[in-house]
Amino acid sequence: MKLKLAYFLATALIALPGFAIAQDKGGVINVATIGEPPTLDPMVSTADLVGIVTQHMFETLYTFDKNWNVTPLLADKLPEVSADGKVYTIKLRSDIKFHDGSVMTSKDVVASLNRWVKLASRGKQAGMFMDNVKASDPSTIVITLKQPYAPLASLLAFNNSAAIIIPADKQADNMTDFIGTGPYMLKDRKADQYIQLVKFKDYKSRAGAIDGYGGARQQNLDEIRFVPVPDANTRVEASVSGQYDYIDSLPVEAFDKLKAAKTTQPLMLKPFGYPVFVFNTAEGTAKNVGVRRAIRQALNMDDMLAAAFGSKDFYSLNGNIYPQPYSWATDAGSKGNYNVGDSAGAAKAAKEAGYDGKPVRILTSRQYEFHYKMAQVAAEYLKAAGFAVDMQVVDWATLTQRRAEKPLWDIYITHSPFLPEPALIGSLSASSPGWWDSALRNSTVEAFSAEADPKKRAELWANVQKAIYDEVPFIKIGDFNAVSAMSTKLQGVEPAPWPYFWNASIKK
Amino acid sequence: MISYIAQRLAGMIIVMFLVVSIVFVIVRVTPGDPASVMLGPEATQQDLTDLRNRLGLDRSIFIQYVFYFGQLLQGDLGQSIFLNMPVGAALLDRAEPTFFLTLFALLIACVIALPIGIYAAYRRGSVIDQFSTTLAMLAASIPSFWLGLILMQIFAVHYKIFPVSGYGGPGASFLTRMHHLSLPAIALGLVSSALILRFTRTSMLDVLGDDYIRTARAKGLVERVVILKHALKNALIPILTVIGLTAAVLISGAVVTETVFGLPGVGNLVVSAVLRRDYPVIQGALLVIAGLYVLINFAIDMLYLLVDPRVRY
Repeated sequence: MKLKLAYFLATALIALPGFAIAQDKGGVINVATIGEPPTLDPMVSTADLVGIVTQHMFETLYTFDKNWNVTPLLADKLPEVSADGKVYTIKLRSDIKFHDGSVMTSKDVVASLNRWVKLASRGKQAGMFMDNVKASDPSTIVITLKQPYAPLASLLAFNNSAAIIIPADKQADNMTDFIGTGPYMLKDRKADQYIQLVKFKDYKSRAGAIDGYGGARQQNLDEIRFVPVPDANTRVEASVSGQYDYIDSLPVEAFDKLKAAKTTQPLMLKPFGYPVFVFNTAEGTAKNVGVRRAIRQALNMDDMLAAAFGSKDFYSLNGNIYPQPYSWATDAGSKGNYNVGDSAGAAKAAKEAGYDGKPVRILTSRQYEFHYKMAQVAAEYLKAAGFAVDMQVVDWATLTQRRAEKPLWDIYITHSPFLPEPALIGSLSASSPGWWDSALRNSTVEAFSAEADPKKRAELWANVQKAIYDEVPFIKIGDFNAVSAMSTKLQGVEPAPWPYFWNASIKK
Repeated sequence: MISYIAQRLAGMIIVMFLVVSIVFVIVRVTPGDPASVMLGPEATQQDLTDLRNRLGLDRSIFIQYVFYFGQLLQGDLGQSIFLNMPVGAALLDRAEPTFFLTLFALLIACVIALPIGIYAAYRRGSVIDQFSTTLAMLAASIPSFWLGLILMQIFAVHYKIFPVSGYGGPGASFLTRMHHLSLPAIALGLVSSALILRFTRTSMLDVLGDDYIRTARAKGLVERVVILKHALKNALIPILTVIGLTAAVLISGAVVTETVFGLPGVGNLVVSAVLRRDYPVIQGALLVIAGLYVLINFAIDMLYLLVDPRVRY
């Protein structure tokens, strides 16, 4: 009897770990998102929501690890770059299957990268430096550049306006078959109701440990459903009631309420990104760099952030474009130029710069309430410094159209997550609204883009940040945190700017 | 009679033509466009121009209008820019939640409003009459979305009897979908009941003072028959009108309520389409909604013929 009992206990103990692991496999999660993505083709859109959903379906050659370094995904390893920095040889992983069962080859990769250069805004950006993309054998591609362009690998790694790899025969401009290589594949989509992704059985994960967006991608869940819940208040109530397993983008005021809930827990990404005032450097009042400096001198970022985010738990003052621990963090140029709030000094500086009293037209939207609140505080500080202010509050779609028209505005307000590669910051491009196009910009940004050595690039980025402080094409207001929530049963989800669920599982 | 119907039909065609034209112009002159929404915040000016050209938005408004009108004459509402499906199919897709939301809200409103309205008129000046008047005033003053949020807080968040939002996931059964509809239907029904209650009471009060009611009572008919058969039948015309108009408002999409509860109905579709500037969907949805209004009004006029023999055209 004792022997039998010992045998039973031993068997149970041996079986237990396996059983525990088995418990965490399978299941369905519902993810509440801020709305319906405008498209499921992440190549054509730069919208974050598109990237969040489609990164589960499509994969790129590279992605980012937990320290925001480029790491291989569909590529076998990091690219071999020629000594002159113009030739990138990329070896592909073998036996990777698409959701339609076909096997990925260099032919698919070449066709996809050509589509990316043709359709994606980041692809077009890279395309200006690219000479051609060719397959040297079925598992290797070669990208030849016209001149060295260091951000290429980062651009190939990004998940929106993304260089996704799709089959060579599915390259139509208007994507209708959503066939990728990702761990989850599209099963059904009912617009404004749900997007249903199911586990891709032939998925081949990278070996090794989980490492941010890189490393191993487990497929613990059977299904992921993205459900649009556009009303922020409803998302908060749905979090508290436990209706969804993960709820994206919640108002910071809801943090305490979420903390008190039993079935859900708040998740804070600290810091998430930064609000930014972009100047029209091409036309109007802000064309004058002296006026732009005077405006910056007038603003008190602390008050603006307090109005926008309430508690210091959700924001921090930081004039450096990148915070620690990003390798790009530097204080070049920011000392004495950030969070000044000096009305008298700003008034004097504006007069000296020849400010003619015309209203400063601030274009903002209440779609992002914190933009509007910051604009209100900024307007008061500007008035105190003698500026006339014309606040133009419009919806986001109107703002994105108006900001493209040089005669219509002086400042527009937006925000950005901390992009892993500074070259991806839109306002650094001379063609993006703001149109910063000066000799200083060209020399600093071009030097930064051409350098391949990471250490040297960090130094060159400091020069770019200094140029930003010198010529004020935009003003960074500070760092802010993002709040989301997840079920207490959900595990394996890390706070991320574009949350992903391939490593998630449900505690049973 | 036939000439009256012909006149009404001609009027309906003119109304629809005006709706098509006005909506088209308003939608096109509103700032913002679908290209900027689809391509996202980092899109370049060239990307936006390319997509606008692909969508045909670079042509003049007049050319776009002529093209759209030609499509309409062939019974084609166009293709949604974002949903990858024809506008007609998108509207049909959204018809179920809106239809059942309307039906349940209207049922709840009628079940509450008709008996209370009739009784309040019958016992004019009584406590119940005063209570119902106060209740109607209160319900009429409450926005349905606010009531929805309160109901959500109590029944979804606290007691977890109903879901907070959505319409059930993939493969959700009819019962599950209706379960998701319950809270918004109650919120809309309670608010809609106010107008019907007040019209029922007023209309009944008008009728109860008439000679034929006194005659019916003098004949010795029981009160139930006097009220329900003689009075209510004659009081029905204004009540039917207000029920019809309430139905029209609800079926056109209880816009805010559907958005708050994340119901994928017609109202939600219109809001999303406006926010993402999905021109064909906005135009198609408003055309169908206007058409429904016109048809419901026409149907109400025809119903008068049935319920009131004095009405002749």
